[in-house]
Amino acid sequence: MAMKGRVLIVDDDTALAEMLGIVLRNEGYEFKMVTRGDDVLPVFRDFKPDLVLLDLMLPGKDGIDVCKDIRAESGVPIVMLTAKSDTVDIVVGLESGADDYVVKPFKPKELVARVRARLRRTDDPKPETLQVGDLVIDVAGHSVKRDGVSIGLTPLEFDLLACLARKPWQVFSREELLEKVWGYRHAADTRLVNVHVQRLRSKVERDPENPEVVVTVRGVGYKAGPA
Amino acid sequence: MTEAAAPEPRPGSAPPRLISLLTAAGATVLRWWNRLAAAWQRSIQLRVIAATLALSVAVVSLLGITLMRQITDGLLEQKRDAALAYAAAGLDTVQQQLEAAEAGDRGVFRQIVGDQAALGGEDGPAVVLIRDGATPLKSPGTVIADSVPEALRERVGEELQLFWTYTEIQRADRDTGEPAIAVGGRVFTADEQYGLYYLFPLTEQAQTLSVVWTALATAGLLLVLLLGAVAWLVTRQVVTPVRLAARIAARFSAGKLSERMAVRGRDDIARLASSFNQMAGSLQHKISELEELSRVQQQFVSDVSHELRTPLTTVRMAADVLHESRDQFEPEVQRAAELLQAQLDRFEALLADLLEISRFDAGAAVLNAESGDIRDIVFQVADAVGPLADRKGSTVRVDAPAEPCVAEFDRRRVERVLRNLVVNAIEHGEGNDVVVRVAAGGGAVAVAVRDYGVGLKPGESSLAFHRFWRADPARARSSGGTGLGLAISLEDARLHGGWLQAWGEPGLGSVFRLTLPVRVDADLTSSPLPLMPEDAGHDTRLSGVGIPYRRLADDERAEVPGG
Repeated sequence: MAMKGRVLIVDDDTALAEMLGIVLRNEGYEFKMVTRGDDVLPVFRDFKPDLVLLDLMLPGKDGIDVCKDIRAESGVPIVMLTAKSDTVDIVVGLESGADDYVVKPFKPKELVARVRARLRRTDDPKPETLQVGDLVIDVAGHSVKRDGVSIGLTPLEFDLLACLARKPWQVFSREELLEKVWGYRHAADTRLVNVHVQRLRSKVERDPENPEVVVTVRGVGYKAGPA
Repeated sequence: MTEAAAPEPRPGSAPPRLISLLTAAGATVLRWWNRLAAAWQRSIQLRVIAATLALSVAVVSLLGITLMRQITDGLLEQKRDAALAYAAAGLDTVQQQLEAAEAGDRGVFRQIVGDQAALGGEDGPAVVLIRDGATPLKSPGTVIADSVPEALRERVGEELQLFWTYTEIQRADRDTGEPAIAVGGRVFTADEQYGLYYLFPLTEQAQTLSVVWTALATAGLLLVLLLGAVAWLVTRQVVTPVRLAARIAARFSAGKLSERMAVRGRDDIARLASSFNQMAGSLQHKISELEELSRVQQQFVSDVSHELRTPLTTVRMAADVLHESRDQFEPEVQRAAELLQAQLDRFEALLADLLEISRFDAGAAVLNAESGDIRDIVFQVADAVGPLADRKGSTVRVDAPAEPCVAEFDRRRVERVLRNLVVNAIEHGEGNDVVVRVAAGGGAVAVAVRDYGVGLKPGESSLAFHRFWRADPARARSSGGTGLGLAISLEDARLHGGWLQAWGEPGLGSVFRLTLPVRVDADLTSSPLPLMPEDAGHDTRLSGVGIPYRRLADDERAEVPGG
C-alpha cells in the first residue's frame, strides 16, 4: 500500500506515541516518533515529514518553542495535541504557528480526520490565478506575489487566502471558513479562524492594523478585499 | 397624584388647575426636603454644625434678652425716678400757685402749664392740664393733649396720689408715637379740681437702647457664626480622617488590597488608622492565602487533567482499534470490546464533568459572554437532540416568540445547560413530548423545558441539582448521564447571574427553567416565564434553587404576557 504521507509524532508519553503510530500506520501513513522537545529539529530536518503531531508538554524543550522553531524553517502543517481545553494554551499554540489542535482524550477517527484535512491537497489543482488587492495568487503554483515578490505562506494560510479570494463578493462566516479550510463538519473553535487570520494579515497586509486584503465584516466574518 | 388621575372637581372645591399647580409646588418642596434629609442623614458634619448653630442661637438669644432687659430697666428706672420727682415738685408748686391765684382767673392756668414745661429746659416734659368737661390745656409744643392715656386719667380721678405709666406720645407733626413716661396727679382750686399730667419723652433712652440692641445683635450674630465656624473646623478635623478612612475602605473592598491609611500621631484617629491597617493587613493575608489555595487547586486540576488525559487517550485509541476489528474476535471478546468502548465514553464524560466542576469550585470558571439571541441556541439544541428524541419516541417542540430574545451570555455554557435540560427531559419523559418555551421581558430571557414524565417528588426539585443525585437509583444508571450535568448547569446559570429552577409533581412531569439577565451584571427580579406550568392543576408546590423558597401565588401565574 502506497504511503499517504509522513507524520512526525512528538509526544513524551511513549505509550501514546506508539498508539498514535499504530493508528496512523493502519491509515496508511509513515511515521516517526520523538519524545524530547530538543530532539525534534534534527529529526524533522532528516525525516522531512508532511505533518507534525505535537504535544505541548515536552521535556527538553517546550512544545510552543518547538512549534516556533519548525515554523521558522517550514510551513509544514502542525497539529497540536493538548491536554488542556483551557483557553490560553490553545491560543498560544495557534499563535506560535500550529494549524489546528486536538484535545486529549480524542478518538482515533477524530485525529485521523484532522490529519487528513491538513494533508488533503487538491491532487490536480486547476491552473488558476486569483487577485486580491495588489496580491496575485497562483493556485496551482501555490505562490502569492506582490509586485512580483513572492510572499511565503504556510499551506493553511494559502488555503485560507485562496478560499476568500475565489469569492471576493462573499462574506465568509468563521464557521464556513472552519468547514472549507479546516475541514470541520460540526461547529468548532472559531478562535482557529481568528488567530490564523491575524497570522495571514501579518504576512500579506501592508498595514495589518488597517487590513485591505482580508477585511473584517463586523458581526459576520471575513471577506477578501477589492482586487 | 397626576392631573389625569384626579377626580372630577366637585362644586365648591378648588379648580383642577390650582390643584396641579399646588401639586407641582408640593413636589418641588418635597424634592428639596428629601435632598436636605439625605444630606442630613449622610453628613455628621452638617448635623454637628446645625446642632451647634441651634444651641448657640438659643444661648445667645437668651443672653441678649436678659441683657437688654437689665439695661432697659436700669435706664428707665433712672428716668422714672427723675420724672416722678419732677412731677411731685411740680404738683406742689402748681398747688401753691393755684391757692395764691384768684379764683376764676383762667389765664393763670396757661401760665402754670407753660412754666412747668419750661422748667425742664429743652428736653423737658410736655404738660397737660385737664378739667372734666373742658378743653385740656397744654404747654406749647407739638405734643397732642390726647397723648395722656385714658387709664392714667381714670386712676388720677380715683385717688389723690401721683401715678405714672409708660405710654406713647403723639405729636401733631408726626404719624408715629414716641415712647414716653406719663406722670399725673390732681391739683385743686377752691371749687374745682384738675388733672395735671407730665409727659416725659423717652426718645433719648430709646435711642440708647436701639444702639445697645444693635450692638448686642451684631455681637450675637458674630458669636453664632464664630461658633458655627468653630464647629465646622472641629468636625472637619474628625470627619476628614473618617471620610478618608471610608474612601480607603471602599477602595480596599474594590480589590485594591494594598490600600492603607496614613497613621499620624497617637490620637484616636491614629488608633482608628492603625486598627484599620491591621484589619486590612490580615484581610489581605487571608485573601492572598485563599488566592494561593485557589491557584494551587487550579494547578492541581490542570495537572490531573493532563496526567489523566494522556493515558486515557492511549486507552481510548487502543479500545478503538480493538473495537474496529471486533469482527475477528470470539463473541465474548467482541462484547468485551464493545463494553470497553461504551464505558470509555462514559469515563471521558465523567472526567470532563469532574474537571468542569472543580474549575467552578476553584473559582476558575470564566464567562465569555457576548450578546446573542437565545432562540438560536434553543433551535440548535432541539435539532441536535433530534436523534435521541426519535429513539425515545418523543418529539421536542419549541415554543418561541417571533421577535428576538437577546441577552448577554456565554454560548458554550448556555448551549450546554439547554442541551442538558432537554436531554434530561427526553430521558425522563417516558416517550411523551418535550416542550421548550422561550420568552423575553422584564430585563431577562428565560427558557423553560417541560416534560410529561414521572415528575419529581416533593423536595426533589432542589435535590436534582446535587452532585451525583439520581431520581431513581435503580433505573437511571442505565441512562448514561454522569450525574453532574445539573450541578454544572446550575453553576453555569449562576456564573451568568441567572437562575436555574425546577418544578415537578409525581405523575405531572417537571419543568426546568433557566432565567438569564439581559446584561450579565444586572440583577434578576423576575422571570418572563412561569416555573409552574398552567397545565399542572393548582395545589402544587414550588421549590426553586437560586431564589428563596416561596409559594407561587395565583396572580404570579398571570405575570406571563399572553401566557
